[in-house]
Amino acid sequence: MFSFCTDPDTLGQANWLACYLTTGKHMGLYWSFVTVLVLLAITAPLALAFGFGGAVAARSQIAPLRWFGKGYTAIVRGVPDIAFFMFFVIALDQAFEWVRHRVLCPSWTEPVRQGNDFVVCAAAKLPLGTAPQWVHELYGFGLAIVTFAIVYGAFAANVLFGAMRAVPRGQIETAEAYGMSRRQAFWRILVPQMWIYALPGLSNLWMLLIKATPLLFLLGVEDIVYWARELGSSRQPRFTDYPHGDWRLWYFLGLLVFYLAFTKLSEFVLERLMRRLSRGQATMGAT
Amino acid sequence: MKNLILTTAALALSAGMILADGHSVVRMGTEGAYPPWNFLNDDGEVAGFERELGDELCARAELTCEWVVNDWDSIIPNLVSGNYDTIIAGMSITDARDEVIDFTSNYTLPDPSSYLASSMDVDVKGGVIAAQSNTIQAAFISEMGMTLVEYPTPEETIQAVKSGEADAVLADKSFLTPFAEDDADLMFLEQEEMIGGGVGMGIRESDGELREKFNAAIASMKADGSLNALITKWEIGETF
Repeated sequence: MFSFCTDPDTLGQANWLACYLTTGKHMGLYWSFVTVLVLLAITAPLALAFGFGGAVAARSQIAPLRWFGKGYTAIVRGVPDIAFFMFFVIALDQAFEWVRHRVLCPSWTEPVRQGNDFVVCAAAKLPLGTAPQWVHELYGFGLAIVTFAIVYGAFAANVLFGAMRAVPRGQIETAEAYGMSRRQAFWRILVPQMWIYALPGLSNLWMLLIKATPLLFLLGVEDIVYWARELGSSRQPRFTDYPHGDWRLWYFLGLLVFYLAFTKLSEFVLERLMRRLSRGQATMGAT
Repeated sequence: MKNLILTTAALALSAGMILADGHSVVRMGTEGAYPPWNFLNDDGEVAGFERELGDELCARAELTCEWVVNDWDSIIPNLVSGNYDTIIAGMSITDARDEVIDFTSNYTLPDPSSYLASSMDVDVKGGVIAAQSNTIQAAFISEMGMTLVEYPTPEETIQAVKSGEADAVLADKSFLTPFAEDDADLMFLEQEEMIGGGVGMGIRESDGELREKFNAAIASMKADGSLNALITKWEIGETF
């Protein structure tokens, strides 16, 4: 990156480090921080939306919808994250490709499953084999967002379901006494009041989500933990201009600081939010 | 929120609108953590013996190739499900793997696996031996009834020996040699094991056409000596 970096052997400590920390590989590391933050920024609201939908479905008076809501939370919460990431994502990807295969290549006669192989016509590949690598990464990233949203949405659904039940029954009865319909009472009375009960559970989920991002590498997206391990690995002079020993400890220490700072910041924001939501409420949170 | 899913899906779909026929782009899956075979250079690009070999093979077979880095443990499942088209990652040809995927003809000769230890008097039979999981070396150690500790990356097997978690590491000699030469604390044991049937590219069983193309390219590189030149350059082992 810097012009003096052409011959690292001649450099002093500070210059060497400046060059070392700006190699293309380190750019990969810095970029992965952005990836993780973007992932969190998209996944968190999406998971909340899934959770809200799940909770509303679980409370529904229509039996099939209620079964769906309850089934969703029960099944997803019961399956280990890592199994979900290994199995569900591949299944989802293959389901997309299978549908595209049916639509785009109706004349194809060979079976899709050939022994161990999953073979669809070239036009049905997702992304196409010809697509540049960044498209493949974006696709993996998209799959990751959907999967994270489904998994964490199930937990959020359970939290919100509990929060909705925690709103004092008297509030709803009063709303009904004022002549509000079920729908009106739900949106005007129940939803605004439930957040205060949901927040402790949701803040736990947020913390868990922050720490779950290394699962990204299972989907082929290079995340910060992957890069930390790769960059920290010892290097011999014949394979790099910047040979060094086992530096994983330092990289992981860096990650530790990042995660701690990020969760601390989250705690601070959530605390403020809690105080804001507690205003005018006779609950435990309002002190 | 639903818009986000839609946008993501739309992006993925519109990106897929470019027309394709057959294997106009061949995606090459590698591990990127096994020097000198394959590793990431300072720019974060795949480099090493297999990078140069793969690029030359693609040129000879008139294919456009793209390099993809994938975790070793999931490298076969991701090939089978079609995330890339070949595995070129120092993978030895074994019967167990051949049941799941196909291999091209080998581009290196069977190379002895060596023990790298922190002292010369390590007893291989009684000691703890480190190996990367899902490798021929790991299979060999457990078959022989020795004590095996597995690690997901090659780097961690070396660090296990340095930290004393394991007494020795069993791996391809070409991978261990730089460590033995550069690190005074690590040395080769005299005992070596002849395992594996040479290294080849892994290809889906349903992809016979691609396999033939690479077989032809490998044969032409063997014939004109350019493969031997690469093997010597990267100190991979015996030449053909």
